[in-house]
Amino acid sequence: MSRSLRPLVATAVIFAIAYALAVMQFPSMFSTRVLGNFLTDNAFLGITAVGMTFVIISGGIDLSVGAVIGFTGVLVAVLIAWAGWHPLAAFALSLAVAASFGAGMGLAVHYLQVPAFIVTLAGMFLARGGASVITQDSVPVNHEFYDWISDLIIRLPGGGRLSFIGLLMVAVFIVGALVAHRTRFGSYVYALGGNPVSASLMGVPVARTTIGVYMVSSTLAALAGIVFSLYTSAGYPLAAVGVELDAISAVVIGGTLLTGGYGFVLGTFIGVMLLGLVQTYIIFDGSLSSWWTKIVIGALLFLFIVLQRLIFAASAQGEKAS
Amino acid sequence: MPDEQYALEARGIVKIFGNHVALDAVDFGLRAGEVHALLGENGAGKSTLIKILTGAYQPDGGQVLADGAPIHLDNPQQAQTHGIGTVYQEVNLLPNRSVAENLFLGHQPTRFGLVDRRKMERESRGILRRYGLEIDPSSELGAYSVAVQQIVAIARAVELSGKVLILDEPTASLDRNEVERLFEIIRDLKARGLAVVFITHFLDQVFAVADRVTILRNGKLIETRALDAMSRTDVVRLMLGKDVAFSGATGVEDARPMGDVLLDYSQYGRKRSVHPFNLTIHKGEVIGVAGLLGSGRTEMARIMFGADAADEGEVSIAGTRTTIARPTDAIRHGFGFCPEDRKAEGIFGDLSVRENIIIALQGKLGWFSALNRDEQMEIAGRFGESMDIRAASLDMPIKLLSGGNQQKVILSRWLATDPAFLILDEPTRGIDVGAHAEIVRTINRLRDEGLALVVISSELDEVVAYSTRIVVMRDREMVAELNGENINPGVIVQAIANHRDEELA
Ligand SMILES: Nc1ncnc2c1ncn2[C@@H]1O[C@H](COP(=O)(O)OP(=O)(O)OP(=O)(O)O)[C@@H](O)[C@H]1O
Ligand SMILES: [Mg+2]
Repeated sequence: MSRSLRPLVATAVIFAIAYALAVMQFPSMFSTRVLGNFLTDNAFLGITAVGMTFVIISGGIDLSVGAVIGFTGVLVAVLIAWAGWHPLAAFALSLAVAASFGAGMGLAVHYLQVPAFIVTLAGMFLARGGASVITQDSVPVNHEFYDWISDLIIRLPGGGRLSFIGLLMVAVFIVGALVAHRTRFGSYVYALGGNPVSASLMGVPVARTTIGVYMVSSTLAALAGIVFSLYTSAGYPLAAVGVELDAISAVVIGGTLLTGGYGFVLGTFIGVMLLGLVQTYIIFDGSLSSWWTKIVIGALLFLFIVLQRLIFAASAQGEKAS
Repeated sequence: MPDEQYALEARGIVKIFGNHVALDAVDFGLRAGEVHALLGENGAGKSTLIKILTGAYQPDGGQVLADGAPIHLDNPQQAQTHGIGTVYQEVNLLPNRSVAENLFLGHQPTRFGLVDRRKMERESRGILRRYGLEIDPSSELGAYSVAVQQIVAIARAVELSGKVLILDEPTASLDRNEVERLFEIIRDLKARGLAVVFITHFLDQVFAVADRVTILRNGKLIETRALDAMSRTDVVRLMLGKDVAFSGATGVEDARPMGDVLLDYSQYGRKRSVHPFNLTIHKGEVIGVAGLLGSGRTEMARIMFGADAADEGEVSIAGTRTTIARPTDAIRHGFGFCPEDRKAEGIFGDLSVRENIIIALQGKLGWFSALNRDEQMEIAGRFGESMDIRAASLDMPIKLLSGGNQQKVILSRWLATDPAFLILDEPTRGIDVGAHAEIVRTINRLRDEGLALVVISSELDEVVAYSTRIVVMRDREMVAELNGENINPGVIVQAIANHRDEELA
């Protein structure tokens, strides 16, 4: 098995075991209802994590996604509730704003050669600050379009419900996987993460790819913001604080190497599901403090980083000997 | 020649790095259907000229023309669209991607907008077969040896070159068969009307394939000439700008009295890497290691230095049994090791030349006796001079030095630690004739000073020149130990070839 596949398989196996254990304790966790809610509740995190996967594979990081979600939520709510826009128009504008925001960060990363960590940290403050300047309070959205969307559900046997936003996340994952693994743009992203100097000498359009990666990330974060707005029917400037860290965790747990060059979009999906599972388990248990979620995620992250180290160290040894 | 039409031409190219003039009004013209060798010492500006011709660097003066018309190349991608395929000296391709993707990156076959992997892999298999490589194109490139990666890089460049193929030291890590195969492909491309640029430090190879030669020295164009009117000495003289007694092969003086035993390996080995071997090394001795690529030469060096731990046998130093499981153990005993793959294992790219030189010495001194800047400068300056390291300043990052000069820095690093035992893996790879002679001289000097050395090299003439004894590796096993009379290329080739004569040229 190729070594880049191994972390993915490890994640899948751990997810299967964890889920089986959870079901043994709470048999009701194995139901279409829980599974359907899994998708719905994690939709915005999943969509964000797809963008984050691209960024991390390219060797970068995007700390601004949580703030972009918050900003988009506020922008959408204000446009609909105060300015009377149709939600679709508000969505389109906020996606465009986010895309140009991402392009700006990509430009800075590439042309100014500032580390992505710094650029996107600045982006995070900008977006969060921008949202708070628009409003300090939660802006509720009451629009028939929102009601219509939340009624769009597929009922599953056993009482489960597949919501529009859950399906949207699945669609984003599928498209994301196709782009990453089956397009030239995807191959450029991996090339950049592998070795930017070689990539540029091999003719990879480094500037375009870098800008593209941050555009994808910001745009998907805005899409996640829209989903979040549909999910909560409100916009709040301090929404989704820290989601960037959850997204990074999901990506890393999903087997993508934090240093870039290796990873799978599908792995990120499993990573998101694993995080969702931990949360659901803690809710089911009822007696555990929700802070246990963080502890478990921390432990998982640590486990996976150690695991990747071991896998990559072991195969590097094997190569030298061959 | 006034109205000569060149497929690709550089006119009056100037390139300045800081206050160092890397290229000074250089003209360079490539005719369709020729193999053009570009020669010069380390740091002469060869790679820089290539990077300008392919859009990786922008010139500070002069222009690039294709078929007589000026073109502007912003990046290597644009060069590709002009049919220029390039193997850069330092390019390692992408070890994290599959072989097929490395071959096709940027122009993968697509179907309905998606990359057609199957087609890509099928075509890759066909391409690789032409180079005698039967490897799985869907596997990760990084899993293969440097030589295979080099061939993949060449294959990629050939596929991209509709008009011009540029090869910057492509043969450094190839064995003879592979070089022969590359030459066949070059001749074939030439017959099809491509222009080929070939940079190397192996003069034999220049005379084997090239039609014309351009010589650079210190960033200046010295001469472009047809090769059939030139002798080897002419070429060397033009490169160096002076006559040098250029003969690596001085021959070893008669058997000298051996020094005391320094190292004694008995049944030393590592599973799946090197078969157990016995070897006694005396002070003041150079052990040459010969063998094909992949014969276990490098693996032997690595376990000697503790880079990989030996899992059987024992070693004693000056009669006392010890364990060398890690490089730090080795360094403590006064070992030094210059690895083969200097890009990956040898240099700290962002550190300065000075820091790269003193780092091993500092490691030996430990944390608490830091060398101050003056001491560092003194040491670095001394080696910079004695090894003739060409750098604008000792404070510039080593990654900006030319390939050959990086090699000299690594050698200096270990010499600075005043070692008792030095392992050199291909110390002259990518080094020009002047520096080559210098390194051979250094090896001889170190031997006379009582050091013990193990030197791995593919250059048989060279090993013969400085070795007091030669061990031959084949299939991860030490198969012969040659002394005195037997130290000559003929015997070595026989020892390497035994049982597999047909594989040797
Ligand atoms: N990016 C850079 N910044 C500063 N100096 C540079 C840079 N690239 C090259 N140089 C300098 O320009 C000179 C020419 O380097 P170049 O790599 O072209 O030499 P070369 O002829 O290819 O040598 P070699 O045979 O060792 O590969 C060297 O002195 C090198 O230090
Ligand atoms: Mg060079």
